[in-house]
Order: sequence, then C-alpha cells, then structure tokens
Amino acid sequence: MAMMDTSAAEIRQLFVGGQASAREITHSCLEVIRQRDGNIKAFLHVDEAGALDQARLVDEKRARGEALGQLAGVPVALKDVLCVRGQPTTCGSKILASFTPPYDAHVVARLRQADAILVGKTNMDEFAMGSSTENSAYHTTRNPWDLERTPGGSSGGSAAAVAAGEVPLAIGSDTGGSIRQPAGLCGIVGMKPSYGRVSRFGLIAYGSSLDQIGPFARNIADAALLLACVAGHDARDSTSVERAVPAYAQMSEQPLRPLTIGVPREFFGAGLDGEVEKAVRAALEVYQGLGATIRDVSLPHTRFAVAAYYLVATAEASSNLARYDGGHFGRRATMFDNLIDMYCRSRGEGFGAEVKRRIMLGTHVLSSGYRDAYYVKALKVRRLIKQDFDEVFNNCDVIIGPTSPTPAFKLGEKVGDPLAMYLSDVYTISANLAGLPGISIPCGFTGSGLPIGLQILAAPFEEQKLLQVARMFERETDWHDRRPG
Amino acid sequence: MTWSESISYRTVIGLEVHVQLLTRTKLFCGCSTTFGQPPNSATCPVCLGLPGALPVMNRRAFDLAVKAALALNCRVAGFTKWDRKNYFYPDLPKNYQISQYDLPFSEEGWLEIDAGQGPRRIGLIRVHLEEDAGKLLHDENGGGQASRVDLNRAGTPLLEIVSKPEVASPEETRAYLEEIRLLLRELGVSDCEMQEGSLRCDANINLHIPQADGSVAATPIVEVKNLNSVAAVERAMRYETQRQFEQFQKDGKKWGEPGVHKATAGWDENSRTTRIQRRKEEAADYRYFPEPDLVPVTVSAARVDEVRAELGELPAAQRARLPAQYGLSAYDAGVLTRQGRAFVAYFEEAARLCGDAKETANWLANDVLQALNESKQAIRYFPISAAGLADLIGEIKATGLNKQRSREVFAEMLAGCPSAKQAMDKLGIKVIADRDQLADIVRRAIAANPTAVADFKKGKTKAADAIKGAVMRETKGMARTELVQEILLEELHRAGSDADRG
Ligand SMILES: [Zn+2]
Repeated sequence: MAMMDTSAAEIRQLFVGGQASAREITHSCLEVIRQRDGNIKAFLHVDEAGALDQARLVDEKRARGEALGQLAGVPVALKDVLCVRGQPTTCGSKILASFTPPYDAHVVARLRQADAILVGKTNMDEFAMGSSTENSAYHTTRNPWDLERTPGGSSGGSAAAVAAGEVPLAIGSDTGGSIRQPAGLCGIVGMKPSYGRVSRFGLIAYGSSLDQIGPFARNIADAALLLACVAGHDARDSTSVERAVPAYAQMSEQPLRPLTIGVPREFFGAGLDGEVEKAVRAALEVYQGLGATIRDVSLPHTRFAVAAYYLVATAEASSNLARYDGGHFGRRATMFDNLIDMYCRSRGEGFGAEVKRRIMLGTHVLSSGYRDAYYVKALKVRRLIKQDFDEVFNNCDVIIGPTSPTPAFKLGEKVGDPLAMYLSDVYTISANLAGLPGISIPCGFTGSGLPIGLQILAAPFEEQKLLQVARMFERETDWHDRRPG
Repeated sequence: MTWSESISYRTVIGLEVHVQLLTRTKLFCGCSTTFGQPPNSATCPVCLGLPGALPVMNRRAFDLAVKAALALNCRVAGFTKWDRKNYFYPDLPKNYQISQYDLPFSEEGWLEIDAGQGPRRIGLIRVHLEEDAGKLLHDENGGGQASRVDLNRAGTPLLEIVSKPEVASPEETRAYLEEIRLLLRELGVSDCEMQEGSLRCDANINLHIPQADGSVAATPIVEVKNLNSVAAVERAMRYETQRQFEQFQKDGKKWGEPGVHKATAGWDENSRTTRIQRRKEEAADYRYFPEPDLVPVTVSAARVDEVRAELGELPAAQRARLPAQYGLSAYDAGVLTRQGRAFVAYFEEAARLCGDAKETANWLANDVLQALNESKQAIRYFPISAAGLADLIGEIKATGLNKQRSREVFAEMLAGCPSAKQAMDKLGIKVIADRDQLADIVRRAIAANPTAVADFKKGKTKAADAIKGAVMRETKGMARTELVQEILLEELHRAGSDADRG
C-alpha cells in the first residue's frame, strides 16, 4: 500500500479527514514492515498488539469527536534506547534482554498524548555505541539503498525504517552523530536538537552530557512536526531547559533572509570523499543562488573533537553503565562464586566488545593519576570548541558542511578498525560537545546511488533557523523525493 | 590512672559524621523517607537506578542542608555542583553515589563543644550533601543468592560533616556528637538517632607521642567504624587510645613510615574492642566526575542571610548567655542548654516570674528533668507550666517549706493540681511559722535528746541535725526550716549557758 510512502502530515490529514482509520493505517504499516523488514532488519521488536490497541483508542477518540493530537494516526518507530512501559527495551544489548521498564520515557508519553501509533523498537548499536548497528547484540541493520552497506549508527534501525518506507517517522538519539550520520547515509532528514531541548527522561544513558533525542523523517515538515511534539521542558530532567517551543512546522516554511552561511575549512580536509565534497559544494551553490552569503570560517579546535569526545563520552558511559551488574535488574550470570564474580561474569557475558572497550577507556580516563591528563583536559577542549562555535555564530546564521566524510560503507568494512569507525563521526561530534542543534538533509547521491547528507548546525536553541534553512534547500531540490529501489 | 595515661601524649581524633535530613521525600526523587516501611516499598525508578531514570534535586533538602551548614559556622558557596562517586556495592543501585567532590556547598566551619573544661571550638573541614545508600540485609560472600537489599533508604538526603583532626579525647568525641545532635535536632535538620542510623559516625584516631629526642611520633591512623551509640564512640576512642599506645610500645611503628597504612577497624560492642577489618593499601579510587544529570546549584548571598536570620539563638550562644544574664554556673547553663531551646525558654519564663533564676535552674536540672525522663516527655507537654513552677518556687520561699515536702507539692502539681497553694491544701501542708509554737517543740526535742545535746556541747555542731530531724518528724516536715534552725541554735546555746551557770 502506498500509504507508507506518504508523509506524516498527509497521513494525519487522511486520518483526521476520515479517509483512513488509524486501524487501517496501522495495519498497512505493519504489513509494510512484514514485507520489507526481513531484508532491512530495522526493527528489534514490532509491537503489533500495542500499535493496534493505540489505533483503536485513537479511532474511538475521533468517533467521539474529540480533539486529535498532532500525530493522530501516524505510525512512529522508537529507537530501542527509549523506555516504553511493559515493552522490551534492550538498548541493543544482551544485558537488557529481559528488561521491561515500568514507565514510559518522556518522549514516549508525549507521542502517546499526540495520538501517534507506536509500532515498535528499532535496532541500534549496543548502548548507542557505534556508527553502523554492527555493535547490536541482536542483528545488523542494512541500508535500504544497498543491503550490503550500513545504514549508519547508532540509530541505524530508525533511519533505515524511515528510508525503507516502513514508517514515516522515527525517534533516534544522538550522542556524537547517531541521528545525523545514519540520516545522511540513508538519505533522509535527521535532527539532533540542542542539548536540553528534549527531555532525556527514559532515555537509557550513554554519555549523559551529550545525549539528545531527535526526529527522523523523509522531509523537513515531518521532522518539524515530530520535533514539536517531543520538545519542551520536563521537570523530570534537570538538564531540560525551560524555553517556549516555537511552532516549528509553520516557521520552517518561512525562508531565512538575509542568510549568512559559515563553511568551516576544517570540514573539508583529508578523509573527505570526493563525491561527498562535490555534493556539498553544489548545495552551497544552491544557497548562493538563493541569495545567501557564504563565509569561509574556521573552527580550529574541532580537530581535537573526536579525541575529546571519546574521553568525555566514555568517562560518563563507564559510570552510566555501572548499574548493569546483574544485581537489581537485567541479565545475571547463572554461575558465580561470590559477589565480585557475579559482577564480572554478568558484565563479561552481557556486554559486547565495543561497550567493554568504552567502559575500560572511560574507567581509565577517570582514574586517579590520569584524570587530569585526560578527562579534565577533554573538558577544556570542549569549552574551546564551544568558543569556536560561539565566534562563528556571531557572524553566521548557520554552519554548513558534510554530515559524514563518506557515504555508507560496506558492512564489516570497519568492524576490525575502531578508529576508522570513530572517524565516521568526525563532523557530527563537535555539535554534541558544544550542545548545538544539527540537522542532516539529503543533498545528492554518489555515482553508485548512495545518498549524501548535508549537515547544518546552528547556535543553541535555534532549531527553527535550522529548519528554515533546510527547507529552503529542500524546496529547490528533489533529493528527498528519491526512494530506494 | 592507667599507666598509659601517666605518660603525656596527644590524642588526635577526626570525626566524619553523616546525618539524614528530616525531609519528607528523598534527595533526588519523590519517595518517602519514613523509617520502618516494608522493604523496598519506598522506591521508584530513580532511587532504584533503573535505566533512563534521572535525578531531580529536592530543593527543601538543599535548604535544610544550608541551614545546618550555617549553624555549623560554615562558609556557604554561591555555586556548588554534584559529582558522582563511583564504586560497586550491592546497596548502591547505580553503582555510583551522587555526592559532592571538589565544590561542596559549604566549607570551613566550627562547632563549639564543652567537655567539662570550658567551651572549645572544633574546626570543620567541610559539610556536603549526598544521597544515602540502601541497606544490606546479608553478608556479601554467601554466593549472592541469599543476599537481600532494602533500598528504602537509598536516596535519603545525607549530610556529611567532616571535622579537622582537632578532637582531643574520648570525652570531647562524646561532647562533639552530643553538640551536633543538639544543634541539628533544635533546627529540625535531623532527628540524629544513632540507633536508627540517622546519625552515623566514623572516627579517625591516632596518638602523637613525644620522644626522648624531642621529636613527636605519630601512631598509625585507624578509622573506626560500626559505632552505634555515642557511648560506643567514646568507649571505642578510649580503647583505641590504649591499644595504640601499647602497640607503639611494642613495635614502635609510626605513621608515615614505609609499609605503614591507614587501617579500618570495626568496633565490637560486645567484646568492647576494635577489630582491624582491612588495611587500606591505597586510597580507593572513586573516579569522581561532575554529575551530568544535574545542574549546578547557585545560592545567593541574600538567601544565605535569610536562612541565617531564621536560625535563632544556637546552643553555644545560650551556654554563654545564661551565666551572664542569670548568674548561673557554667555547669547549670550546660545542663539547661543541652535540653534544647524549649527547655531554656521554660527556664527563662519561670525565672522571670519567680525572680530566682538559681532556684529555677535547680528545680529544672533536677526534679523537672527527672520527671521528663521518667515520662519520656518533651518540655512542651510537661503538666506544670513555667508559671506553675514559678508559683511553687515563690510559695516555697514565702513559707520556708522544706525540700522534702516541696517535692510532695511538686508531685501533686505534676498530677494536675493547678497551683502550689491548692496542692499544699490538698496535702494538708500548713507551714508552722509561729515562733512560740516552734520554740516549744524545739525545747521538747532538746529535752528528749540529751546525748545529742551533750555532743553539741563538745563542739560537734553536726549533732544539732539530729535534734532538727526530731523537730521535723514532730511537725511532719511542716515547720519552717530556717526558723527551726534559728530557734534550735538559740535554745542549744541557752541550754549550754544555763548548764554553765548551774
Ligand atoms: Zn525514589
């Protein structure tokens, strides 16, 4: 059914206008997932019963003539990093294989309030640590544009599900690029809001000071719609900011004029794929054609971003993941001699290699004798990176560059080379360190037909600017209309 | 005096006290802090450390902590943050504790104590706020299967008060803990019940022993834990002082020498000994780092002033004021202050009404306190009002009623009699103040006690007491005491001179 290639806004219109019931929409969505997900493997868990229950409730609501939510009848997929009451929530890890949270994440509660249909949980790198979904303890998701290639990660399942037309919308989380990179690699829209814009309550933490929840969609309007539903203050997350949520969907239609775009020379150095660079330069020309001023800018400290990120994120992760010890919840080893042995075996058996690597790294950088040289220094670098951005944003509305240095790489290609994998996030990481909002939108294809992502960054809490600028490009191009074969 | 006490050395004690704050809810979630609920009933995703749950600071707990810090004369920081202290333990669901590391909310204070040698200030290094852990209901080496953890306590706000190593004796240790308890109870910060664990104390102790060459040797520091009462802390310090001194005589090991480490010891109340649990080879590495789930806290100078203004008069100030204002002894002032503000207020009102502060203090420190202890009552529920006690004291003064009968009147008032007069009427007490009537009784008593009279004449003035006793018996204690004394001496002297003449 063509329904699943329809936008979220259109689906809502069909539902509200009475042309389709939530039940029909949900059935058709579940059918598409059944047809396509065998190859894509975007989902870890499809909640048919829950989705149909919610569809029934929403249909009843419509029948009673009640006001309908912003996402009424629209299927949404959730990255398995978000807690859903009574639903499996594995975070892509064996250690949480049997964990069912007793509560909904704030974002999940918001989506329910908006009358969205939550169809299931999508695959991810274990504890959001990775850039390809190959670190999932369950399976690897495939890029809908080329099944031999990665959809990116860690929110690869959500990105692939949207790109494959299994759902119009999905939620991901972004700690170092985990929304933008897979969005870029899958040729869809993915946005990481400013740190504090969306409540992290119910998001299973990786790097708490970097984690942010955001939308995946196939166009800007849908992304804006989903963002508006989940953004805003939540008293249960102290780091969520008390700021009014602008009407993103409406505002994104308004072009930003005058527009000054900063293009950091550091984002066009060694390691950048030629085809990607060409597509990004072409995109800049589109903006120039729209009257934008292009400025050559510098973010000198971003060359330390990957290093600083892997110190800060892993330090926080080593502490965040300490609770998975087999004691209170999650998987416990069956055989052990004593308490320490129980900890060691439960964690040894429950965590995958990359998670262990990052826990060890994080533990090391916080250890006495190393803390100042690593962790404390990384915090300094983080402040310098933030200052770099502040300076650029004094003179520019947005920063534009590639989302990732290369298009989707082959599955297995970087598994044995963690450093090469880490560099896949070289352009996205600094936005997390600085707390900025960032978006990836489709800006072209390689000769072999792989999507290329354009990253736009703005100053904190200027999501609406991002959406406006992104929409200007979308209106001029048709990259977002292409669908994988 | 034991032999170790005969050699002069200095005892050096630093105390680390944890007190649970009296908030209704926990430090980072809305769970109840009520003691004694069924295991794990007062828990939620936050204090269970479930994935995705986030802490939110309880502002009331923070305000209460600021109040305590100001009462402890600490400097309250304008900016403070939270840190994670990482260690694995089954009573700690997240395997890290949210605490404060390099920027505690308050530092550099002092607590005035009086261990009987006058007031003395003990310096405080810092006071910080943190979350409590749960309770382990089993040892951790039983294979794990049988272990039980109660997480009701996990997340309870806990104030850590770290003293400088300036506590100089077991007696001062006791005084320090009692002073903290008094102060924090008075301010409603904590109920400080050591039995229930709302006040916990770890003590670091060693000795500084002067050597023949003029140097001072420090014995290895021992941290004593598992101290469940103030008396136990005092006993443990006394024991450890003795033990370290003896150990030093045996092995001469000094703090700071290679191979000498800080040791942790548990106090065993049954055997009344410390038991070395483990050596701390090196300081545990808690890998502190700023808690990313919480935002820093700012405290304005205006807010600090506001809280300071709400503190009222603190015990140390009271202890200094009572002798100055009422002429009480330091001891009496200490006794009154130790009972808390309401008790002192009661004293001040009664003293004002009867005009005799000293006598009021005597009654309060003895009879009233005893009655309160027996009935386990607080002064505000005491059946005799301050006015009632003042009435009693006034009546005793006016009538010269003796102590024993005064106590009967007191008991009658305690049982509900509204005034001293009525109580006396009810008891049939009619003070005999008629000089002639009493002189008659005295003379009869003298006549009946020739031996006592003879002793008195030999210069044993005490012998007069026997005759006085006889008079009191005769009058059922209702004779006006000073008058009896006066007449008796007159009569005895007269009897003496009569005898000389005869
Ligand atoms: Zn709780």
